[in-house]
This record gives sequence, structure tokens and C-alpha cells, in this order.
Amino acid sequence: MAPADAGRRARSLLVAAVLGHVLLISAQVATPAGPSLLRTTIVAVVTEFQHASWHVAGAIHSVWDRYAALRGVREENARLARENTDLRVQLQQARANAAGADDMRALLGLRPHLPWRTTGAEVVASSLSPDFRAITIDKGFGDGISRDMPVINAAGVLGRVAQPAGNTATVQLIIDRSAAAAVRIDRTRTEGIALGNGDGTLRLEYLSATAEITEGDTVVTAGIDGVYPPGLGVGRVERIDRAGPAYRQVVIRPFADFSRLETVLVLVAPAPVWAPPLSAPEGKVAR
Amino acid sequence: MTALRMAALVLAAALLQGALSRSSGDALGDLVLVAVVAVGLLHGRVAGLLTGTAAGLVQDALGGGMLGLSGLGKCVAGYLAGVAGTQFIVTQWMSRGFLFLGASLLNSACFMGLSMLLGLRRYDHPILEVVTQAAVNAAVGLLLFYAIEFMPTAREQWNAVLERRRKRRYH
Repeated sequence: MAPADAGRRARSLLVAAVLGHVLLISAQVATPAGPSLLRTTIVAVVTEFQHASWHVAGAIHSVWDRYAALRGVREENARLARENTDLRVQLQQARANAAGADDMRALLGLRPHLPWRTTGAEVVASSLSPDFRAITIDKGFGDGISRDMPVINAAGVLGRVAQPAGNTATVQLIIDRSAAAAVRIDRTRTEGIALGNGDGTLRLEYLSATAEITEGDTVVTAGIDGVYPPGLGVGRVERIDRAGPAYRQVVIRPFADFSRLETVLVLVAPAPVWAPPLSAPEGKVAR
Repeated sequence: MTALRMAALVLAAALLQGALSRSSGDALGDLVLVAVVAVGLLHGRVAGLLTGTAAGLVQDALGGGMLGLSGLGKCVAGYLAGVAGTQFIVTQWMSRGFLFLGASLLNSACFMGLSMLLGLRRYDHPILEVVTQAAVNAAVGLLLFYAIEFMPTAREQWNAVLERRRKRRYH
């Protein structure tokens, strides 16, 4: 091929690639409601491959740990850690329920606080780009995981399921730059939106100008964003920078340690509530 | 064989990036971009373009973000690295460093620009972050090229050592 032809071909390829990307992005912008088939397919293929490679690397790495040095101890430890995580989350939910004044809710005719059904998952990979803060877990569509399900651990909120595939799912961490959650200050019940800073912290925005906040305040989920149930621990107010008489920047340090995620819990659905069977009214017997 | 080697380089970079971000929680550089630019420099603009597209899509898919956001910057960076590799003599460490720096800045500009344009992300102080990432990428890129160029020499030296040992055994 002549050099001029090769150059023309390369330029055409570049134009095609750029146009392809622009069309791809446009298609996703136009349909924000649900994941496209292309995206689901790509995620499924890539995560399966990543899952396999992670397992191979993990198997090699754990040969010594698992079978030579700590035979049996590791499994038991993992089981106990999972059990502990489960119990601590239950305790957290119980505390949140108690603090949430159930009787007031009942008086107002609001729906009572429902406990959630959870499924444990293991982290199989981390994000391959410094621009995204995400993890991949080993549960997907096949395990009942769907988009926007909250992901937590014993410390508190981790993020939400961004893209489920067959046997894996990508979880967008709450510290990602495009992540957000409705939160409230536990002490004063002031609500705001926590947004990821991308550097491991969150910032609290849309706060009332008169809201009382002090450093060290606990921040929990508010339960009004349609993703996270109320009362889950998010973090602690680390710093309040005053940038003017009416504006302040509140920085939250998350409770969860995002560099050491191994086991997580996905809140799959509210647990079914037992209800007494309806009795037929007197005098009317069903035939 | 060349395609396999390119794929292996990008795959190794991706796995290393994943392992780094898992252990440290926060990765400063983008090793996948470094691999894409290296492929562009070593194998030309088409290879850089295709590698950048594929690597960017994989990053987007696993990052949970919008598909194409990382891919666009990386395919253009890979292509331009290929153009620079064929049009200019990019053999000095300084010229290579500038190339990695430029490619990183271009990639960040594409990613951040699109993210802000679409209202997906907000960057309060992006300059420091972008410059740090570009500097880390440039340093890693220079190290990578040093390793690639050192490898044949190291292999020759190792073969010479083996040959000498063999001769000594025979005499």
C-alpha cells in the first residue's frame, strides 16, 4: 500500500472512531433510563474475563496462605467476618429504626421502616481507571442483583450497583465523582446531598443556610433518593470550610475504608412482612 | 505476534492498575493510557488508535461510567502518539516524556470536558490532579521504554553469561 493511501486510511479510521465514540455517548445520553444492550454485553464479557483472571491470580497467591500456612483458618475467618458484618448491619438498622421514631411514623400513617434482605458478595476487581471509583462484585443478574441496589458493609454505605452483568456487577462507590446520595446529619436531622469528591471524601451540598453542623457530626442516609434506605451510616463531618457569610463547604470522611474492600452486602429487597390471613366477614362464607 | 504483544502489554497495564487501585484505594497514574501511548509509538497510529479504543471501552465498562468517555481520549492519544512516532524522532527521554505528558493532558481534557459538558462530574481543582497524573504517566512511560529497550541488551548479556559458563564446563 502506498504511504499516501495508508495515511488516508488511518485518518478515516480516526474519524470513524471519534464518530463512533460520539454516537455511543449520545446513545447513552438519550436513554438514561436503562442500560443499553451494547453496554450490558460489553460489561458481561469484560467482567467475566476480569473475574477469571482475578481468580487465577488469587489462586496462585493463596496457595501458600490457604493450604500451607493457615489451613482452615482462612475459611473460618472469612465466614466469621461475614457473620460479623451481617450482625453489625442488623444492629445498625435496629439503631436507625429506634432513632427514627416509629410511633410518630405510625401516627402519620407512613409506611413503617422495613428491614432489608441482603446478599453477600465478594469483591473480585477494582476499577481499571483512576477516573472512576468502582469495584466489581461476584454477583449479578443471576443472583437477583439489579441496577441501583445499595451496597454496604459493616462500616456503612459503599455505593450502588451501576451495571449488573450475568454473574458479576459493577458497583459505583459513593466516593466517585459522579456519585451522590441524599443524607442527613444524625444529630440535627438536617438533610443535604453528599457528592463524591473523587479523592476518598464526600462533600455535603444543598444544605439549609441556617443548618447547624459541627465537625464530628455523624452523617447517615436520608432515604429520600430512591436508592439508599434511611439510617445507614455514611461518614463523619471532617471539616467545615467557610467560604463566605452564606456559603460553607462541608467535607465528610466516609466510615468505610475503600482500599480494603473484600466482602460487601447488597440490599436486594425489603424482607417480606408477615401479615395475618384475612378472615372472611361473619355471615359471608366463601363457597 | 505483534498484536499479541500489544494486547499483552495493555492487559498487563490494566491488571496492574486494578491491583494498585485495590491495594492503595487511589491510583495517581493511568497505566492503561501509558500502554496505549507506548503501543502508538512502537507500532504506529492505527495500532495506537485501535488499542486506545479497546482499552478505553474496557475502562469505561468496568468503571461503571458512560461508555466512550475514556475511549475517546485514549483513541485520539494513541493515534497522535503513532503520528508523533512516525513523523518525528522520538528517541530521547525528554521528547518521550513530553509525548507522554501531552497525551495525558489530552486524555484528561477529553474526559473532563465531556464529563462536565454532560453534567456527570464536577471538578473543583482539576489542574493539580491533571498535572500530577500527567507527570506520573510520563515517569511510568519513560520507565517502560527504558525496560523495553533494556530487555534485548539484558537478554544478550544473559546469553553471553550462559555461553561462558557452558564453555568453562567443557574445558
